[in-house]
Amino acid sequence: MSRYKVSFPHLGNYYIPLEILFTEGLEVDYIIPPSVTKRTLELGTRYSPDAVCAPFKYTLGNFIETLELGANTLVQAGGVCRLGYYGELDEQILRDLGYDVKFVNFAKTRISKPSTFYDKFKEINPNLSLNRIAKILPLVLKMVEYIDEIEDYVRKNIGFEVEKGSFDSLHEEFLESLEKVRTKPELNNTYQKYLNLFKGIKLKKPKRPLMVGIVGEYYTIMEPFSNHYIEKELAQKGIVVDRWMNVSNSLLHRPVKKVREHIKNYAKYDMGATSMYTIDKTLEFAKKKYDGVIHVKSSGCTPEIDAMPVLQNISSDHKIPILYFSFDTQTSDTGIQTRLEAFYDMIIMRKEKDNE
Amino acid sequence: MSKAYLGIDIGSISTKGVIIDGKNEIIAKEYLWTEGNPVYAVKRLIKLLESQIDTDKHKVVSVGTTGSARKLIGVITDASVVKNEITAHAIGTLSIYPNVRTIFEIGGQDSKIILIENGVVVDYAMNSLCAAGTGAFLSSQAHRLGVEVEDFGKIALTSKKPTQIAARCTVFAESDLVHKAQIGHKKEDIIAGLCQAVVSNYLNNVGKGKKIISPVIFQGGVSKNQGVKKAFEDTIGHEVIVDPDGHLTGALGVAIIAKKSGIERDFDFNIADIDFITKGVECSKCSNNCEIICVYKEDELIDAWGNKCDKGAIRIHVKA
Repeated sequence: MSRYKVSFPHLGNYYIPLEILFTEGLEVDYIIPPSVTKRTLELGTRYSPDAVCAPFKYTLGNFIETLELGANTLVQAGGVCRLGYYGELDEQILRDLGYDVKFVNFAKTRISKPSTFYDKFKEINPNLSLNRIAKILPLVLKMVEYIDEIEDYVRKNIGFEVEKGSFDSLHEEFLESLEKVRTKPELNNTYQKYLNLFKGIKLKKPKRPLMVGIVGEYYTIMEPFSNHYIEKELAQKGIVVDRWMNVSNSLLHRPVKKVREHIKNYAKYDMGATSMYTIDKTLEFAKKKYDGVIHVKSSGCTPEIDAMPVLQNISSDHKIPILYFSFDTQTSDTGIQTRLEAFYDMIIMRKEKDNE
Repeated sequence: MSKAYLGIDIGSISTKGVIIDGKNEIIAKEYLWTEGNPVYAVKRLIKLLESQIDTDKHKVVSVGTTGSARKLIGVITDASVVKNEITAHAIGTLSIYPNVRTIFEIGGQDSKIILIENGVVVDYAMNSLCAAGTGAFLSSQAHRLGVEVEDFGKIALTSKKPTQIAARCTVFAESDLVHKAQIGHKKEDIIAGLCQAVVSNYLNNVGKGKKIISPVIFQGGVSKNQGVKKAFEDTIGHEVIVDPDGHLTGALGVAIIAKKSGIERDFDFNIADIDFITKGVECSKCSNNCEIICVYKEDELIDAWGNKCDKGAIRIHVKA
């Protein structure tokens, strides 16, 4: 193999820091997967076991699309749910399809044991320089945090922009600028510049706007195509959309102990994956008197199914409406829009009643 | 001349319409089959409604649409309001039963539960992914058993020992039903068992985790089935109210919402004679291949939707 062409499936906009990590840190080519579309899902669905969770189908589709673009080394993550088996299954399916590909599976890495990551990085590029990685990693992690911070601001304010499209076009510009960043000072300048620009966008926000929190499973909540752009749909109705779940909060800062303490009245044991965060954030949104919570997951996601009865308890204790969405491979938006519209009508009528 | 308001509820199976006056009283009502052609169904509906009112006395000034074809019909009727069926049902029911706490609704393809507190919707749920236990399921099973679906309820009430039928999934229910029939269970027992299966499916899926408080109103096409009504009452342990006009609640609700909207423009009953054509066009600008629905009124494009991104947007030239 002359040159490593590495790829990792799409998840939100993290492809930008990933590209920098791979090209600058590991000195390999990085193939950015095409944006997730219906074709991604169709490819993934065709070759996946029927009952597997939807994120597997999306990521497999993404793998095939990047192979078509010339990738020869694929990276898959691990996790404490079915995600832990994704890598092996992906590799087997791709081999059966006849792809000659190097597959690097991070399922066996442990955050408590950094050397396990080093071993995996060595699989991607045996000649890697630890120095280079150590140099670029802080930039990559900081970039993840900045992306998350900016997107948090976008979610909370895009519904109130005076000129339609201002946030989207500036967001696109911000991402494009990030792609060119290679040093910490460049990153900080870009971030500062865009933060000011975002804060400068004219808003028409009521004193007490409707506030909705979004909780749920890792992939479906972060990859907008897979949740039918639910955050956008909500924001367009003039709602502050609050989502805690992102890579910075859940992976880089992992507040596991705090979460356990917060939710001890509702759940004693970790039910895996994102379930504890889902419960914690729902409780927090309820205590902050948000107008509603929306729970999203892929159909059949066991940890999130386990979290649902707990959410029902929180909903009745705190009188906060919760809407549940389970996404699979359907692509029609009608049913989702009906439910979202009804949710909006409901929270607005509740608010009017409270104000009487 | 007094103002009147038209509400249309276009479901997958049936199309319902009402005209109300300024006091929310129904002055015309109609109910017919959609037969897979919502535009034609609405044209017939409008003609029938027109014949019921005195057009010299009442003038329709606002239209509201709801149901699964609400958007298309909203464009065609130039509706002031296009509303989802959950809100429409809640508003319609509250206008008749201000004290209602729970609404069960089972229609042709979907089912929902709406919980109300102090006249406001506080929670709701709709069936997801699967249409088990809806009207479509009952009609297909009626056909299999060789009885009219309209007689289902009557027959169910004659059963003394309803057959147990697996309720989790339509496919399982169907194979269970065939099996029970083949080992000699009586038809009325199987039919009563099916009604119970619909109820337990509904309560276990749509109603899961919801506190059911009376008064309970049961609506939708399936509410006309006394067998299902009785099965609900047996299971939840208190009375379930079925309004004779229950099938019109969605249309009534959306007529009230149209009235409240204050958006008024004279409605022309002659649209029943105008040609409307819809075309699905596949956008090829990216691999999403969105199907864009274009609606034409006598060859003039009046609206289009279905694109996920701006690349597929079709602009309509609005006449000044």
